[in-house]
Amino acid sequence: MTHIIDDEILDNVCTLAQLNLSPKEREGAKAEMQKMLDFVEKLEELDTEGVEPMSHVFPLRNVFREDEVRNGDRREEMLANAPKKKDGQFQVPKTVE
Amino acid sequence: MELGKHSALELADLIRRRQISVTEAVKDTLDQIDRQEKEIHAYLYIDKKNALARAKQVEKKIAAGDMKGPLAGVPVAVKDNICMKGGKTTCASKILENFVAPYNAHVIDRLEQAGMVILGKTNMDEFAMGSTTETSAYGVTRNPWNTGRVPGGSSGGSCAAVAAGEAFLALGSDTGGSIRQPSAFCGVTGLKPTYGTVSRYGLVAYASSLDQIGPIGKNTADCAAFLEVLSGHDEKDSTSVKREDLDFSSALGKEVRGMRIGVPKEFIGQGLQPAVRQAFMDAMKAFSGMGASVEFLSLKTVDYMIPAYYLIASAEASSNLERFDGVKYGRRAADCAGLHDMYRKTRTEGFGPEVKRRIMLGSFVLSSGYYEAYYLKALKTRALIRQDFDRAFADFDVLLAPAAPFTAPEIGSSLRDPLAMYLGDIHTVAANLCGLPALSLPCGRDESGLPIGLQIIGDCFQEKKILRAASAFEACRGAFSMAWEKEAD
Amino acid sequence: MKQYETVIGLEVHVELATRTKIFCGCSTAFGGEPNTHTCPVCAGLPGSLPVLNKKVVEFALAAGLAAHCEIHRLTKFDRKNYFYPDNPQNYQISQLYVPICHDGWLEIETGAGKKKIRIHEMHMEEDAGKLIHDEWEDCSLVDYNRSGVPLIEIVSEPDMRSAEEVIAYLEKLRYTLQYLGVSDCKLQEGSMRADVNLSVREAGSRELGTRTEMKNLNSFKAISRAIEGERRRQIELLEAEKPVQQETRRWDDNKEYSYAMRSKEDAKDYRYFPDPDLPPVEISEDWIRDIRSRQPELRDEKMPRYQAEYRLSAYEAGILTDSRHLAGLFEETAKACKSPKKAANWFLGEVLRLQKEDGLDPEQVCFLPEYLAALIQSLDDGKISAQNAKLVFEKVFRENIEPLAYIEEHGLKIVEDSGALEAAVREALAANPGPFSELKGGKEKVYGFFVGQVMQRMKGKANPAGVRQMLEKIVKES
Ligand SMILES: [Mg+2]
Ligand SMILES: [Zn+2]
Repeated sequence: MTHIIDDEILDNVCTLAQLNLSPKEREGAKAEMQKMLDFVEKLEELDTEGVEPMSHVFPLRNVFREDEVRNGDRREEMLANAPKKKDGQFQVPKTVE
Repeated sequence: MELGKHSALELADLIRRRQISVTEAVKDTLDQIDRQEKEIHAYLYIDKKNALARAKQVEKKIAAGDMKGPLAGVPVAVKDNICMKGGKTTCASKILENFVAPYNAHVIDRLEQAGMVILGKTNMDEFAMGSTTETSAYGVTRNPWNTGRVPGGSSGGSCAAVAAGEAFLALGSDTGGSIRQPSAFCGVTGLKPTYGTVSRYGLVAYASSLDQIGPIGKNTADCAAFLEVLSGHDEKDSTSVKREDLDFSSALGKEVRGMRIGVPKEFIGQGLQPAVRQAFMDAMKAFSGMGASVEFLSLKTVDYMIPAYYLIASAEASSNLERFDGVKYGRRAADCAGLHDMYRKTRTEGFGPEVKRRIMLGSFVLSSGYYEAYYLKALKTRALIRQDFDRAFADFDVLLAPAAPFTAPEIGSSLRDPLAMYLGDIHTVAANLCGLPALSLPCGRDESGLPIGLQIIGDCFQEKKILRAASAFEACRGAFSMAWEKEAD
Repeated sequence: MKQYETVIGLEVHVELATRTKIFCGCSTAFGGEPNTHTCPVCAGLPGSLPVLNKKVVEFALAAGLAAHCEIHRLTKFDRKNYFYPDNPQNYQISQLYVPICHDGWLEIETGAGKKKIRIHEMHMEEDAGKLIHDEWEDCSLVDYNRSGVPLIEIVSEPDMRSAEEVIAYLEKLRYTLQYLGVSDCKLQEGSMRADVNLSVREAGSRELGTRTEMKNLNSFKAISRAIEGERRRQIELLEAEKPVQQETRRWDDNKEYSYAMRSKEDAKDYRYFPDPDLPPVEISEDWIRDIRSRQPELRDEKMPRYQAEYRLSAYEAGILTDSRHLAGLFEETAKACKSPKKAANWFLGEVLRLQKEDGLDPEQVCFLPEYLAALIQSLDDGKISAQNAKLVFEKVFRENIEPLAYIEEHGLKIVEDSGALEAAVREALAANPGPFSELKGGKEKVYGFFVGQVMQRMKGKANPAGVRQMLEKIVKES
């Protein structure tokens, strides 16, 4: 089941990843992704029927915090790196509905 | 350079015995940096003033008996994906060019409690994505053994710093071999601990289920002592493991007689550089000679390791790197027509090609319609790989493998073919997929004098078995000179 | 025109009443200066990591169990990826693949009777920050104080058919969660938010029509109007043989119309995957048993009990149980004064009156029930007049004064000394010769007038029945 990376898929990927590609970069990106997908297709040989997907290394469970306030006002620190800020807030281009 | 011949533990001992002051040790290392940095470029930033001030402070504490750790006073380098309060943390990316972390990573607090003196932040592949340190937005690091060669990656700056005597110890991070492979290329010793042993809090995430911080040093004993400083449960990292057996140094200096050592035969198949193969065979013989039983075994899943690794790592990375968007920190593109234009321009300008490649692949394999075929399939493959290792560790104490199929490539030769570069990680990614501890130490040199690394892989939480085998091998191998001493031998 | 049926399902987000956020130790307190309740975790700084607040799991479990849900014994967190500045990581930590609770129901009651609304699932997730538009510079400003505040999202099956059912369901949810102490569920303040999924189909059809999702509904009135407006819009489309688009729409309550929310940039592909930073949560039988055992009596149990035990009408029981907090105060008062009926009257009368007068939320009412009980007892024993009791209660309600000492101190106790009463009666009769002669002439009605006169002279410290007795005695003698 080879998936072909066409322009539509590439556009969708660029939207998901929030990246622009120049026309020149597009062809390269398509070819590279295609090559990588062809390569990983090898996994299809493996019978993984009934195998539990391993998203975490260890079966750690129930790692909790108690519901206690630990943090004070760290606003200045959190805003210190903001490219643009105003009135103690991060400033961004107008968000449209 | 006189102090450079000492290991970190030896230096700390000299400091304790007042043979040398912390300030002298730091100055000596800074001198070494001055002499070589132009050529090597191991560091992205060096804070001399701070290091010297800190040296004075540590000196006083040692004199007052308030700082008794075995590494107090040792100058150390930190990979630039580890947050340090008040200093820059860029991950070698333009997108974080001005980012100053307002907090310390857990390991930074640990270093400071241990009285170590941080010299600066080391170069790396951008966001740790790469195997050569060439994807850094701030220039390549050169291999101290041969400046026409890469130091490996992504912790190339840290390994080069130790190899060049520009630090006694360094912090690296390992997501698919990023400590072990550059350690091999630079002729130093690097250890990727069991997942969860060292807190990831403050490590800028590449692939959260694979990332692990670890020590890089001149020898096994230094790495063991350093890991004792770094390891331990941290309540700020939910994947941090509570374990008791953190007295890693206790495993050193013991013989390996009776140890069961396995060699996955798929790891020494075709594609190995002949010198690497030869050095590896010699190492196997050395273990047999010391009374260990060395046997071949088969890992059936070897061919699936790289595909599973790149799918999982890219998927996690695509999500982890979404936060770099020009809103809260780092770079924001100029002249944007609205919010999404800002996101796209910022990220397009801010990320380098390798990072974009992985973000795009990761976004694709998680996207609707492909999730199961790629991402989920990779997670299931990962479980099968883990089962393969479980079987292996039922029969063996540790496994031996090369740390990389070849020695350090020439600068500029790897990036032309990303897939070929990925394939070079064949020996290292399994430890990350399965959370296993693994160490790389020098086991020889190729015909052009470049170091070759031997990898020792243990079952989860079995760092001590690895260290026992590594220190025995080290004793048998004899001293392995550092890069700046290469003319001397 | 054809007959249409409206099919509605709800996604309700409820803010949990924890002290801290879901993944960090920042306060959830409302109304702080922008970004003063933030830290590296909830501001999405590089290198920060989430650690789960245990209370969030307990609250979600309590809510799920009360809504008859099944519990996933191993529940996991997933990342929902989308770029928007209110979300500092550009992914929301939520649950998709294995939500904590699933397959439950709540029963609602409307004019048409009782009906079960099935609950598809309940999951835990983090809230987003707040975006405000800055007119001055034509930009938006982001405040992450709300970012990371814990929510549960409760997804119903499309089981509702009218605005009335929707409101009944939301009320049911609100009572249940408030009684559990899991959330204060205030729609206006945003601690309860409902998205309405609505489709229409020809009556009798079994297939579902294309649905739209409406957001921005912040009152029951707005929800009712939005349902009516959207129903009408969809029927008009169908009548005109135009398709209904599956889309998200924003309800404008002023214009009473919903508008499609367009975003070309947003691919609406959230790429959910298990969050590698958060280990799963295992929920044991013991844990469930423990949560169940701590579940308080819910309103549905309390109302019939009040009617049976305290002989209250359904209406009265309804009012008394509107707030778990007030019901609690009522029950304690009733217990302490041993007269539930009287306690109920005080709550239905004075307590609610003062609460309204002072503009308080029920939760802000905080007098000591023993004080009211003591006051009721004094009234019962004829030690204070009803009028003065009300005055004293205002003090109890507003200042929590100890009523008996206050009565003593301010001389409000009914005077037992019959000499003083007799003197007051004689004075009143002497001062009003006209009415006095009417009284003597047998005009019973005038007694009321004189009781008032005497009470005034006694400054309320007399018992009206005693006054009447004394009046009758003296009139008879004269
Ligand atoms: Mg949600
Ligand atoms: Zn926080």
